[in-house]
Amino acid sequence: MIVGIPQSSTFRWTYRAYVLLFFVYLALPLVTVCVFAFNDSLFPSLPWEGFTWAWFFGDEAPYIGVFHERPILRSIVTSGVVAFWVALLSVAVGTCNAFLFVRHEFRGKALLYILMLLPLIIPGIILGISILVFSSTVANTLEDATGLWFDGLRPGLILVVLGQFSFITTFATLVISARLQKFDPSLEEAALNLGATPWGAVRAVTLPYLFPAMAAAGVVAVLMSFENFNTTLMLVGSDAPLTITMFDRLKLGSTPVLNAVSLLLMVASAILGLASLLLQRRRE
Amino acid sequence: MTDRFKLAFYLLLAPLLLWLVLLILLPHLGMFVVSLREKVGIREYDTSFANYAVFFNEPLYWNTFARTAYMSIAATALTLLIGFPIAYYIAKLTRGRTKTTLFLMCLIPFWVSELVRTFGWMILLRETGIFSNLFQSLGLAVGPVEMLYNDAAIMTGLVYTSMLFMVVPLVTTLDSLDDSLIEAGYDLGASGFAILREIVIPHAMPGIVSGCIVVFMLSLGNYLTPILLGGKDSLWFTGLIYDQFITRFNWELGSAFGFLLLGLSSLIVFLGLKLSGQSLSKTMAQS
Repeated sequence: MIVGIPQSSTFRWTYRAYVLLFFVYLALPLVTVCVFAFNDSLFPSLPWEGFTWAWFFGDEAPYIGVFHERPILRSIVTSGVVAFWVALLSVAVGTCNAFLFVRHEFRGKALLYILMLLPLIIPGIILGISILVFSSTVANTLEDATGLWFDGLRPGLILVVLGQFSFITTFATLVISARLQKFDPSLEEAALNLGATPWGAVRAVTLPYLFPAMAAAGVVAVLMSFENFNTTLMLVGSDAPLTITMFDRLKLGSTPVLNAVSLLLMVASAILGLASLLLQRRRE
Repeated sequence: MTDRFKLAFYLLLAPLLLWLVLLILLPHLGMFVVSLREKVGIREYDTSFANYAVFFNEPLYWNTFARTAYMSIAATALTLLIGFPIAYYIAKLTRGRTKTTLFLMCLIPFWVSELVRTFGWMILLRETGIFSNLFQSLGLAVGPVEMLYNDAAIMTGLVYTSMLFMVVPLVTTLDSLDDSLIEAGYDLGASGFAILREIVIPHAMPGIVSGCIVVFMLSLGNYLTPILLGGKDSLWFTGLIYDQFITRFNWELGSAFGFLLLGLSSLIVFLGLKLSGQSLSKTMAQS
């Protein structure tokens, strides 16, 4: 707080009102989505018809709740599977990258570092189509050459995982590198002096130290994967992750089921977000 | 020992190279090659700039392109204007617990999927939505008001979606500004506006640049917000790319479009970094 600066009280109160208005603006759409998950009406809009849990637990048409809506449940599972693989792959590769960039000096390091950052500035939809074009070309060439089918290279979950992995790895690398930079190498040297093998020292000393950062990166990866839309849209096959299913529903016209799913998503992200905050706090 | 060190180095290099070459470099190269293909028969192609010519000869395409660009610039400017006072308030006029709370409150909406946020705006803005009903019951409007499917709705959504990426770097840079500099300015008799112009903004420049770059990129590459809030006539360039790829199955033209969008986005990032004398790694570390 800056003291000793003359400011008229009108200015101060206008400023505060503006800040308040800003936070109302931030909260408004989210609160609306949550509130209308409980409206006893077929459309998520006014008038308010009374409170109901039907959009969560209802099993009678037209009130089919989230927990009885098969396509949505299935797409939640799909999203979960994708997020799991994306998190696993990006944390593994991110850890390798962190060791490479923090521990090793080599020619072309600066260039590789810039290349590593590139996925951040490529629009998601472009990442999606470039991978789609490339994998289809490879699949066509391989199929022409061998006469076999390469379904893994056609739009589908494998491509979705690879597409999300292609940019989430950058985040994982940055998070894990930041932690590795703070590591005191003399700890590892002590382990080596005590007779540990180089790999043994890394496994027993460095990796446990890195674990909070790896876990935080994993949580962020899961969240980003669950929320990703642009890249996924271009690579998706017949099994649609949650965001794609919801998007298709939204285009057709919405029912409060979508509000209910959104509310559940918010609760889940809040829990994961808190978990990552706690992990980061432990890291400091 | 050195051999082992070398081995470890190559083992660490391998995943990085696989990732960058197979998922970033080759796909973009491939996309560029496809964009240069002109279909002359069934599975017969010539190399030419025909797809780019189509873009420049069809007013709908380049108008959409230009519109996407200036709408994104407008969204970036608006986000900066709205976000700057908030960042200043958080960084300079609060401290301790209030500061942390306000800062975290800025982050919360962004743990929620963009789809959910956009859905929220749809419920608020549409003809049967909250605002429409509110205006009618206040007597400000007769009959339902449609506030969805226009440019203002797209703008609202874009600014909302990008706010975090502006506020966080701004708070970080403003935080590092020494309060006594501002006080010294006042002591020397400068007006509030002069201090903002001479002290606060120059100091916050790295944050402003990195915020603007990220917000512009996100707006340019956004698909959900323009399509859902702008409706069928939103005329957003990513929508055209999607149409060419998925609806019309014209990958050659779609790739050309993709490359143009990538070019514009990279150009703006490059110019932003050059004009402000920042480097990519430093800017990205900030956001």
